[in-house]
Amino acid sequence: MSFPILSVIVFTPIVAGMLILLIPGERKAEVRVAALAAASLALGLSLWTYFSYDRAAGGYQFVQQLAWIPQLGVSYHVGVDGMSLPLVLLTGVVMFTGVLISWGIEDRPREFFAFLFILATGVFGVFVALDLFMLFFFYEIAVFPMYLLIAIWGWQVTREYAAMKLTLYLFVGSVVAMVGALVMYFASGIHTFDMLALSQAEQGGAFDHLAYNLFGQSVPFQVVWFLPVFFGFAVLGGIFPVHNWSPDGHVAAPTAVSMFHAGVLMKLGAFAALRVGIMLLPEGAKYWAWLILALATVNVVYGAFIAMVQTDFKYVIGFSSVSHMGLVMLGFATLNRQGMTGAGLQMFSHGVMTALFFAVVGMVYDRAHTREIPKLGGFAKAMPLVAVAFIIGGLVSMGMPGFSGFIAEFPIFMGLWQKQPIVALLAAVAIVVTAAYIMRVIGRVFFGGMPAEFEGHISPITALDKVALVILSAILVIIGIYPAIMAPLVESGAVSVLRLLGGG
Amino acid sequence: MIVADFIPSQMLAILPQILLLVLAILILLADAVWKPAQRQWLGWISALGLGAVLIATLFFSRPSTDQPLLFGGMIRHDWLAFFFTVLFLFSASIACMLSIGLGGVSDRGEYYALVIVATLGMSLMASAADLVMLYLAIETTSIPLYVLAGFLKQDDKSTESGLKYFLFGAMTSTVMLYGFTLLYGAAGDTNLYRLADRMLAGAIPVVFIVGAAVLVLVGFSFKVAAVPFHFWTPDVYEGAPTPITAFVSTASKAAGFAVLLRVLLAVFPAVAPYWVSLLAVVAAVTMTLGNLLALSQKNIKRLLAYSSIAHAGYALIGVVALSQFGAGSMVFYLGAYVLTNLAAFAVVVVFARAAGSEEIADYAGMSRRSPGLALAMLVAMLSLAGMPPLAGFVAKFFVFAAAVQSGLVWLAVLGVLNAIIGLYYYLTVLKVVYLYRSEHEDKPIALAPPQALALGICVLGIILVGTVSAPWLTWAVQAAGSLF
Repeated sequence: MSFPILSVIVFTPIVAGMLILLIPGERKAEVRVAALAAASLALGLSLWTYFSYDRAAGGYQFVQQLAWIPQLGVSYHVGVDGMSLPLVLLTGVVMFTGVLISWGIEDRPREFFAFLFILATGVFGVFVALDLFMLFFFYEIAVFPMYLLIAIWGWQVTREYAAMKLTLYLFVGSVVAMVGALVMYFASGIHTFDMLALSQAEQGGAFDHLAYNLFGQSVPFQVVWFLPVFFGFAVLGGIFPVHNWSPDGHVAAPTAVSMFHAGVLMKLGAFAALRVGIMLLPEGAKYWAWLILALATVNVVYGAFIAMVQTDFKYVIGFSSVSHMGLVMLGFATLNRQGMTGAGLQMFSHGVMTALFFAVVGMVYDRAHTREIPKLGGFAKAMPLVAVAFIIGGLVSMGMPGFSGFIAEFPIFMGLWQKQPIVALLAAVAIVVTAAYIMRVIGRVFFGGMPAEFEGHISPITALDKVALVILSAILVIIGIYPAIMAPLVESGAVSVLRLLGGG
Repeated sequence: MIVADFIPSQMLAILPQILLLVLAILILLADAVWKPAQRQWLGWISALGLGAVLIATLFFSRPSTDQPLLFGGMIRHDWLAFFFTVLFLFSASIACMLSIGLGGVSDRGEYYALVIVATLGMSLMASAADLVMLYLAIETTSIPLYVLAGFLKQDDKSTESGLKYFLFGAMTSTVMLYGFTLLYGAAGDTNLYRLADRMLAGAIPVVFIVGAAVLVLVGFSFKVAAVPFHFWTPDVYEGAPTPITAFVSTASKAAGFAVLLRVLLAVFPAVAPYWVSLLAVVAAVTMTLGNLLALSQKNIKRLLAYSSIAHAGYALIGVVALSQFGAGSMVFYLGAYVLTNLAAFAVVVVFARAAGSEEIADYAGMSRRSPGLALAMLVAMLSLAGMPPLAGFVAKFFVFAAAVQSGLVWLAVLGVLNAIIGLYYYLTVLKVVYLYRSEHEDKPIALAPPQALALGICVLGIILVGTVSAPWLTWAVQAAGSLF
């Protein structure tokens, strides 16, 4: 058997977290170094996996399968394809930069990094899971540390409320999806939670003969159960109208957790909705595509407008995530090659971009102690690198050519145009609004005159902060100018999804 | 009747019971002859003795497949009885460890002896195959527990707890006994399995069986604290010495479930549709009411009391599923629940000894005073809430799966909605532990060796059952299999 690299990636954070808990609490420097070492290892391994994935062969690679609870057909089954591999890399990047950004945490850093790493294990686990039970197992591991991270280290004003709201929303979504998954398991009749086997059974027509009699009409199995499964996960993807945990959660969370949260966790929801909802119940997906289109359009447009009117810097970014995640959902709902590919790229691009945004917001807030946009100004002079990083993120956000946002959003719009031109037009409005609010933030926060009270009080950012910003910005630019590094990979993943949908 | 013949295998079947009796007598003797200073070791002897009985049971008292009915049909030595006996011994051992050093109980021989006798009663409950034996076993369990709940005579709450427990217990026990007499009167037999044969043969009118089943269920519902016979739970849990609360909420509840499972599945299959629908409603109401009432609790023991009511509801789902997997999932659920609740009460014991309080608000600053204790609380609360990688997650997953398998999707949906309410109040406790500050943050919490050991065992067990779940599920399903 070859080296189980995916398992090592999945378990590195949690093992590191447990080891960190053994370090005495007052030795904070050692805690930080240990955290950085673990994050570097995870990032290094995910980079290695990313580049050694055989793109010509495609499909699931680095597969490893072990019996877990054989009585129920549960196995520990991991593997990555073109859709999940970029997300594994994304998690590695955000984890690494998140540790760098969190260097200055003084309140119980040991517990902070331990919880953050438990979260990271959950996220890695979901992205590589090829077993339904395993997916839920890791999904919920990713949910609960969030509560503690936000409630303990978050913004004092709203943290308790936001943390509880977020946790309950996500838990509701996951348990509702779990019931759907259990129904699928028993309906398939093949006694396994293995997603590849379930998918095969579905293709073989295992669900076709099942139907429910609702209000005198016969409703096919997939049409009924797609709803709880897809939308249960889509809660974490921030779909309208169950999105409103997300801005509150982003704002209340400490910087590294916001990065994780908006950057990675929302992808977790979207990804699981794709893997379990669309891939295992494709007939349901075809039936309900219109509903996803409609709701996601609201996400995109409404999110952008709400972001426009926010005065809190962090809320602007929070709502921009709602808007951008709407584009991911739109991409899924097109159920065509361009749209799916775009959605996959958008997940990665938005993850890096929003991590960058939240890192910038955190750096500004740590120095200004306010996030009210009217009270800020002139930060470009005091922190030029931060300003540059934010502008790069902004350009990505607007979908400017030459940056990763364009590479991701352009195919989504192409796919949308084929599927439903009106939606494409509506969503395009949002791009304009996005440009407007990004410009407004850049103008008000980074340029103009600096208020007198900040003059001379703005300390420069640390070297570690700089490293984090450079890494995140560089990724956005590299994908923008050299899309071949990721686009074909994602496309191969999208094609295999479409094969299940009966297209190509 | 072959009672007179001495058959070694029969003696091995009741090995745990024999050893428990010996242990109880030893403790009483030691209590009588030892000087006060030596009595501090009574707790260790009881805890380790129970542990030794557990190991002896594991090795020498495994059920054999042939001839499970022993002693003239009084007990049935099967995997269900074996599994639950092990569970009771574990719980009793942990409860004794938690009692060491506790004011008012720690150096009292009769306290430990009563715990051991109650354990003996429980192990007989799990194996009883005859109405007379069953009733005796239930009373052998209950009477020591009534005394234990009221053991702190100087404490009004403890006295109230003991009296309340006794009155409720006596009342429901009478109703149950009435049900037993009806069954005997109708069938002319007291053996559970022969009763079942008569019923299946149609010798007794269905209405009559249903009536008797309902009366019997009253007694069992009291034991497992299911609605509407749950009223005693919060007061008894709050007033009793905390190790006893831990013991009652885990072992005694599990014993109730063992009996419930055996009697319903072995005696009443003839009227299964009736009690299944009745119990489905009871399960739904129990988990919902337990969770809703837990929301507003300020005292940790009362919170855990209502949470334990809710958990009885989840476990009942497994019975209602009426399948071998369902019964197995219930047994698994109880195992996970016993481990988790013991850990939770262990934290309560340790904290109350250090800080003298059981109010949730006083748990503020715990993570700064003792990170290890806070972590144990985190594990216990999240496992109760059903979060991976802990025992509670797999346990909930299995019972919900069993419900879906039997077509009870509505019950599974209700169960997961309840899990959400549960998560809310468990997180509220964790919020106090991790987030809130207190004036006492500079006072560390001392963790005495026995309590540390108990906590360590439980926390490790929770993680182990939650991650390496397959062997435990095999045993749980095997235990349930002896009823099918």
